[in-house]
Amino acid sequence: MKIRIIALILIILGALIGYFDYASQKVGVGFVNKFPFKLGLDLSGGTHLVYKADTSTIPASDINASMEALRDVVEKRVNLFGVSEPIVQVEQGGVLGNNEADQKLIVELPGVTDVAQAVALIGKTPSLEFKLLTKDNEAKLQALGMAATASTTAELFTTTGLTGRLVQRATLEFLPQTSEPVVSLMFNQNGKDLFAKITREHVGEVLAIFLDEKPISLPVIREEIRDGKAQISGGFTPEGARNLVRDLNFGALPVPIELASTQTIGATLGDEATHAGVRAGMYAFGIIALFLILWYRLPGVIAIIALCVYVALNLAIFKLIPVTLTSAGIAGFILSLGMAVDANILIFERMKEELKRGKALPEAVNEGFARAWLSIRDSNLSSIITGVILYVFASTAIIKGFALVFIIGVLISMFSAITFSRTLLKAIGVRGQGKISKFLFSSGIN
Amino acid sequence: MWIVKHRKIFYALIALITLAAVVSLFTWGLKLGIDFKGGALLEVEYPVGRPVVELIKKNLSTLSLGEFTVRPSGDIGYIIRMRHLSEPERVAVTKALQNNGVKPVEKRFDSIGPLLGAEAVKKAYFSIVLVIIAIVLFITFAFRHVSKPVSSWKYGIIAIVALVHDVVVPTGAFAALGYFYGFEVDTLFVTALLVILGFSIHDTIVVFDRVRENLRRNEQYREHKDFDKIVGEGINQTFVRSINTSLTTLLALVALYMWGPDITRAFSLALLIGITAGTYSSIFLASPLLVTVEKWQKKGK
Repeated sequence: MKIRIIALILIILGALIGYFDYASQKVGVGFVNKFPFKLGLDLSGGTHLVYKADTSTIPASDINASMEALRDVVEKRVNLFGVSEPIVQVEQGGVLGNNEADQKLIVELPGVTDVAQAVALIGKTPSLEFKLLTKDNEAKLQALGMAATASTTAELFTTTGLTGRLVQRATLEFLPQTSEPVVSLMFNQNGKDLFAKITREHVGEVLAIFLDEKPISLPVIREEIRDGKAQISGGFTPEGARNLVRDLNFGALPVPIELASTQTIGATLGDEATHAGVRAGMYAFGIIALFLILWYRLPGVIAIIALCVYVALNLAIFKLIPVTLTSAGIAGFILSLGMAVDANILIFERMKEELKRGKALPEAVNEGFARAWLSIRDSNLSSIITGVILYVFASTAIIKGFALVFIIGVLISMFSAITFSRTLLKAIGVRGQGKISKFLFSSGIN
Repeated sequence: MWIVKHRKIFYALIALITLAAVVSLFTWGLKLGIDFKGGALLEVEYPVGRPVVELIKKNLSTLSLGEFTVRPSGDIGYIIRMRHLSEPERVAVTKALQNNGVKPVEKRFDSIGPLLGAEAVKKAYFSIVLVIIAIVLFITFAFRHVSKPVSSWKYGIIAIVALVHDVVVPTGAFAALGYFYGFEVDTLFVTALLVILGFSIHDTIVVFDRVRENLRRNEQYREHKDFDKIVGEGINQTFVRSINTSLTTLLALVALYMWGPDITRAFSLALLIGITAGTYSSIFLASPLLVTVEKWQKKGK
């Protein structure tokens, strides 16, 4: 009797989980609505960008910090875009090769299909640089005079390593006399030290300020500047100065990046894929259920109930973790539907053997389960090993999504076989000794 | 028993299938998808009707794209494959695709740089090798108490022989499918291979596990059965289960192939082929091989 109560509680629990899955999908406000399915870009539509970062000029010890800074900057820019839930993340060269220099930045923009605009916004590099002009070169520059072109002048300046990267804060100010807009810079500690060193060693020389590779101001160093403050007056318009301040505060990109891969999926294609996935899942469930009933009869019905609970549990976990569902993830889930039945089939087949050996039903259920368990454990462990390796070495988000769904599916199928199928089988099997129950519990063409 | 008894016939059949797969692989080779070799894929749709292919080809040929292909997709769309595009190039391509000034709807655009592709290839090889090694270690561990008459690491090696077959068959099939129908091998295909490995070992373990149990029973009750008889019984006892599990999985995959999204169609086909191969190789190859190995051992003594 006790086992039946437990079985009943399990069924009610399963139904409740199923209701949670259903209710949280409906439009409305409330606690459960906080748990929608999280759809990957290939289902919701959007843009996936992979940038390769050029870290060759950055000392190895600073790479991680620089990549973090890069991520922050890009994130701020992406936020300007006003997309909901953008993802910006750094991906190291990976477990393979483990090349420190191989750094990538992944940007996901759900709902954005205008790649051109996105790329322009992210890739914009307002590079601010301070460059020295030696006395000799200053003479040369003057000699060139009007004939100077951008490329010839650029050669005359030497880089100092002092760039917008070292700016801690920029503010817009207006000169009191002329009300000309100027940009005040405050360097961070490194920038402060570097700025002091440059100004100490090169008094009397020109420290040119380059914006986007063009010199905008050519001030002469009068004395060492220790406080790390600088002011740029480059004939700005108020608008231009404001933009510069914004870009500097948001940071110039600390690491140069190059677009390595673009993927855009239109919203309609994503919708189609989602619908097709759901449709395939329902058909798969229907066909499997039909097979189970035809072949395994009553235990088949139990397997179907177990499969329902399996689906409900899985969906709830997808919502709660949350797991980002991709088309491959849905495929993985459908695949796991087929595999989840395996544990049940193993138990049933063992049970049947025990029945053939002349054991009574309840005993056959227990024995069948105990003997099947070793196989279930070992074979599922191998699937989990595969899933974990797949997850770790996945080269795309889509495959990571697949691996995660697959691992969760295998774990839950084991769990539901241990708890659910066993309890239900016991609950039903206790009484049956007659011909009818023998028929119900046998299978196939027997 | 009939399986163990006639094992040589099954070996020959399986060898034949494997040979066909290998020949197909070497004659036609695999058609790599853009995520492996780098390149771009653009899918566009013309809601008011698409222009003829020739027009699109003509417009695109004015850009220096190198080689590219244009394939119709659905009734109103095209899929264009070309080399990896920079952002300005992509803009130029979309412009060239305009039909009487009407911009097509961009359904999908993938562009993958050659560096990322090379990395994906490396990762793919690595993960396949790693999965195989992990599985052998696992089997050796799981069957560590079984040493008579065949030691546990031999179970592992035999499992690999079956696994290699399970990977070679779908790969060969995709070489042929690529040659005749333009199927490409991409990262999803590799994922399918890994799943096949996991699934097939699943099947093999169930049979081996049964053999292990029967061996124990044999010791316990001093039944003194021959090893080939024990293996034969193991196969018989697990036969229905192996077929049925594979069947439910195959049914799920058929549903995915028929009604699922286009993007996972090739994936489900690879799984269908591989899981079928994995199922028969566990029954007709891996388990009888246990007997063969045992016979060799006897001869060696």
